[in-house]
Amino acid sequence: MKPPALKVLIVDDEAPARTRLRVLLGDIAAELPTVVVGEASNGVEALALMEGDSSVRPDVLLVDIRMPQMDGIELAQHLASFEQAPSVIFATAYDSYAVQAFELNAVDYLLKPVRTQRLLTALGKLPSRPPPAEMLRSLQPEGRTHLSCHERGRLLLIPVAEVLYLKADLKYVMARTREREYLLDESLTHLETEFAERFIRLHRSVLVAREAIAGFERNTAEEADTHWLALVRDLPERLPVSRRQWPLVKSYARQLST
Amino acid sequence: MPSIKQNPATQRLPDFRNLGVMLRLLLGVNLLALAAALVQATGFNQWLSFYIEMAAFVQPQLLLCMLLLALLRNLLWRLPYLAGSLLLVGFVVLQALLFVDFWRFMGFIEGGAQSLLRAGILAAACAAFMLGYFRLRADALSPALVEARLQALTARIRPHFLFNSLNAVLSLIRAEPKRAEHALEELAELFRALMRDNRELVPLSDEIALCRQYLDLEKLRLGERLNVEWDIADMPGDAMVPSLMLQPLLENAVYHGIEPASEPGTIRVSFVRQGDELVVALSNPCQSGVVHHVGNRMALANIRERLALHYDLEARLEVKESNGIHHVQMVLPCRK
Repeated sequence: MKPPALKVLIVDDEAPARTRLRVLLGDIAAELPTVVVGEASNGVEALALMEGDSSVRPDVLLVDIRMPQMDGIELAQHLASFEQAPSVIFATAYDSYAVQAFELNAVDYLLKPVRTQRLLTALGKLPSRPPPAEMLRSLQPEGRTHLSCHERGRLLLIPVAEVLYLKADLKYVMARTREREYLLDESLTHLETEFAERFIRLHRSVLVAREAIAGFERNTAEEADTHWLALVRDLPERLPVSRRQWPLVKSYARQLST
Repeated sequence: MPSIKQNPATQRLPDFRNLGVMLRLLLGVNLLALAAALVQATGFNQWLSFYIEMAAFVQPQLLLCMLLLALLRNLLWRLPYLAGSLLLVGFVVLQALLFVDFWRFMGFIEGGAQSLLRAGILAAACAAFMLGYFRLRADALSPALVEARLQALTARIRPHFLFNSLNAVLSLIRAEPKRAEHALEELAELFRALMRDNRELVPLSDEIALCRQYLDLEKLRLGERLNVEWDIADMPGDAMVPSLMLQPLLENAVYHGIEPASEPGTIRVSFVRQGDELVVALSNPCQSGVVHHVGNRMALANIRERLALHYDLEARLEVKESNGIHHVQMVLPCRK
């Protein structure tokens, strides 16, 4: 009996590059049967495609690194959060920095233009584990563009630019946008280091987007353990500023007002 | 036309028609006057008044001298360096003597033969000092060194572009062999241009033809996402420009303005002649929130340095960003 064909999703922003991969997959079909379940031109599209159509459950994604909206490195990070994470094979024309990291971490990658034989080898020994998260993060010094949230079997993407604040709550971290709240399966500490440019810590359990701070007011409530509350742009709620963080937050606010 | 204006292959007097040389002469002589005034003065108020007094004497001479030198440049260049320098110093001394004599005749200053001698010696010292300065500067930027630096700075195409283009061509070979053939021809032309000796100046129309080839290749892989608008109505096609000066700017625009954008974008290029200057303006959309990459700054610094080596102070490169549009303006002396 023949093994079932390997399901492949091609993600590249350049149409000719996608065509080329399709053609190559056709060439190796005799040795390794594959079926292309879809094509996407960036990370967001790829995730939407997998989300929208249950028949698109690829075994492996061929992913270009440099793409608009969401690049390949970030796409791999979101894929890792899936319960049954598909394999990822990166393809890049020239990216010395990323290629160095792949070599160091024994992550398989393809160099464009991709050679038929090379593609066959790569698909023949698919990685069982997703690429190490730490390496992926190190390749994205500016952090991801989106956060992902799994909700009732669905994947939601939240643009980081829309997140006003993040609040740790027992096991989860809650991300608040102007519209609603999302539960993330991540740690606040990780988020703080990844988005140090964007968010500032107010409290042991709260990070707020720097540009979302509308002002501060004194906490008048009795028996309050914090003296100050931060006002958030567009939202009615007040966020506590811990005594320990107050000097830091205050000096940042001063910088802003000058 | 020599590719390196300030210091041609053989040692010779500076180009007195070059803006940078003129500026340095003005500044240098005035600094000497300031120093001389300081030596004479006992206090700061006196220093200033001495300098002003001296300036009334020095400035007209300096300007007249610069004018004459600019006129006589070609004649001076024909002489050997030493003879030219001696002639120049003698000329400056003569001019100073005549000037002092004239001033004396008009009754502005007093003094006999001694004041004449003093003026002559000061003028000679001043001229010799400036010549020495230009000599040292020329040595520091010695032709060999400059050639080597230009060679090293000559634009390199990003490997990213080469491999992506090859990949695009490969994808075409089976489906559209004609287009693939054409693309490979263009790639060959582009690389021929990249590998030739790029220290020379080339006609602007050649540089633009090269840029169009480059953009055709980018269009092959980016398709609809890349739009280019050329404004070449007012372009002096025969003006000479350093080769590969525009192509890296376009490559930057594609790499930072078009590739990271999910929406199609337009690159606008315009050429305007303003008097003796050629103004090349280039704009592309830029991604908000994206920090400027080191690569971009390096490419711009590279072009700036090449402009400086070719034109000294007569060329500029300005970069600014407004309303999500990245503007680059390059101003070159328009030479034919």
